[in-house]
Amino acid sequence: MQIVQLVVSGIAQGCIYGLIALGFVLIYKATETVSFVQGDLMMLGAFGGLAALTLMGVPFWAAVPAAIAGMALFGLLLERIVIRPILGQPAFSIVMLTIGIGYVARGLITMIPGIGTDTHSLPVPYKDGIINAGTLVLNVEQLVVIGATATLCLVLFAVFKYSKIGIAMQASSQNQLAAYYMGIPVKTLNGLVWALAAAVAAIAGLLLAPITFVHSNMGFVGLKAFPAAVVGGFGSLPGAIVGGLVIGVVESLAGFYLPDGFKDTAPYIVVLLMLMIKPNGLFGEKLRKKV
Amino acid sequence: MRFLFKTDYAQDIALAKHGGHVFWYGLLLAFLFGAPWIVPDYWLAQLTFTLIYGIVGVGLMLLAGFTGLFSIGHAAFLGVGAYTEAYLVNHGVPFPLALVTSAALSAAVGVIVGLPALRVKGIYLGIATIAMAFIVEEVLARWEHVTGGNAGLAVKKPAIGDWAIDTPTSFYFLCLVVTIITTLAILNLLRSPTGRAFVAIRDSEVSAQSMGIHLARYKTLSFAISAALAGLGGALYAHKLTFISPDQFNILESINLLLIVVIGGLGSVHGAFLGAIFFISMPQLIALGKDWLPAAIGQAPGLQGVVYGAVLIAFVLFEPLGLYGRWLKVRTYLQLFPFYRQGLFKRQKSFQKSDRLR
Repeated sequence: MQIVQLVVSGIAQGCIYGLIALGFVLIYKATETVSFVQGDLMMLGAFGGLAALTLMGVPFWAAVPAAIAGMALFGLLLERIVIRPILGQPAFSIVMLTIGIGYVARGLITMIPGIGTDTHSLPVPYKDGIINAGTLVLNVEQLVVIGATATLCLVLFAVFKYSKIGIAMQASSQNQLAAYYMGIPVKTLNGLVWALAAAVAAIAGLLLAPITFVHSNMGFVGLKAFPAAVVGGFGSLPGAIVGGLVIGVVESLAGFYLPDGFKDTAPYIVVLLMLMIKPNGLFGEKLRKKV
Repeated sequence: MRFLFKTDYAQDIALAKHGGHVFWYGLLLAFLFGAPWIVPDYWLAQLTFTLIYGIVGVGLMLLAGFTGLFSIGHAAFLGVGAYTEAYLVNHGVPFPLALVTSAALSAAVGVIVGLPALRVKGIYLGIATIAMAFIVEEVLARWEHVTGGNAGLAVKKPAIGDWAIDTPTSFYFLCLVVTIITTLAILNLLRSPTGRAFVAIRDSEVSAQSMGIHLARYKTLSFAISAALAGLGGALYAHKLTFISPDQFNILESINLLLIVVIGGLGSVHGAFLGAIFFISMPQLIALGKDWLPAAIGQAPGLQGVVYGAVLIAFVLFEPLGLYGRWLKVRTYLQLFPFYRQGLFKRQKSFQKSDRLR
């Protein structure tokens, strides 16, 4: 039963990676750029939830949507103010730009006196709950993560499949210029995609917070979401979640069965192997440039 | 202003284009060689660090600025160089041999990373280098009987034959000589067919390939040279610090190296050194600025990160050519004074380029 236990906790951790990777993929598909700020957006979301819950004393079920909506607004502003002016520049400049935003976000949080440098625990109602299922001992926190991720995936799937905005997003991610000619407001959609990515990151932060802690460097978890995005195929939304699950489970198993040190490097070994064997990932689209 | 009439190819690729170059670079060299007698000890140490970061910066510039492959894990090569040097010198290998070996070993690691780089590009390459950096950092932390693990490793002073390099001044001269040699080597490389092939690959892989450039070979070569320079810089860095531990070569250090290259100005050797000067003097500038700010902001721990990030954002948004680009603009403005035209350096936008199509 040990292995099932490990797999469950791996899946829970993998959901977090998957959610962050989902943010990468959303932005990559829509704007051809890679956002290194995703992990820090997650951190900001967790701090937003913390501020709402502890400082303002908002009840839990109101604080969570408030933090998510706040982060969505933040993502929208970020795109409008910082990202939009350099659209069309080489991808490298946007990577550096998002690294810079990450620095500023981390620094600003650290600068808040008394709060920024400490680690906090997010007071959630389901904290420390345990369910005994047969010989299995399941953490409620992990089950919440898995359930919330599954729900979010269903919602996103429905949005992209049935709503007008979702279909327009798909169109503009296929070919921005053609979408623009068809009357799709590509710039507005890019802003919405950033808002969506920031909201997903905030959800990831709020889900991760009870498992670990809230502190200003928790965004570095985002670096493990890159392997997740690559394993799933960088341009694929279901791939991001599947990749996250693969990375989470591999990490969890490696931490138990392999010697010390493999737990943290396993995701990166997996991603290097993946890049050598199948650079397009499990669900990656394969496009070729024609001359 | 000065008019240059180029009449043959040798004139076009000359290292010093005209007498002005000879004069100003001569003055710079004279200052650098006289620095120990001019500047105080503290500034000499800063200058040494600037030279070391300059070497690493030139290496990364070759990769990112000239070949167009960006590595987000370059500190790993720095680490490999530093640890190889420390291990060899501590075990009695002569210093020059150890220096060459650490550069060579870094280059070998660079080739191993460069191999997946042949199949992937853009962000995938960035992720591959991040992965490599994490693995190297973990190896440095775990391979305890060689690297000392997280406890760190003390490094002996270097010595060439009987000449012990144990004073800050002599070590500064060592760094200066290594910097001059590597910079000249890279400048010469850049005006050779190999260097031009690198630039061709950066500008367009498809057209470079159609002109008969072996993409795989040149990309690997670029990785190897860049990693070798990083290893060289790392070896000197280890001696300067006299104590190394794995967390000095983590992902943040890699990002610092990228910061040097981007703020200095992508695609220019000057940029690597300007970036290094900027990076080394930044903490001092922040410390100076702290006194002006209200205490609540000035003494806060996150200030440095905010300033770094803000500077980086400002450069990418307003000056993508970096410090060197700003200098070029000022110089052009002065040269053309009454006739300077708005939009002379306007950036071109491209909307159709897609990483997914390749």
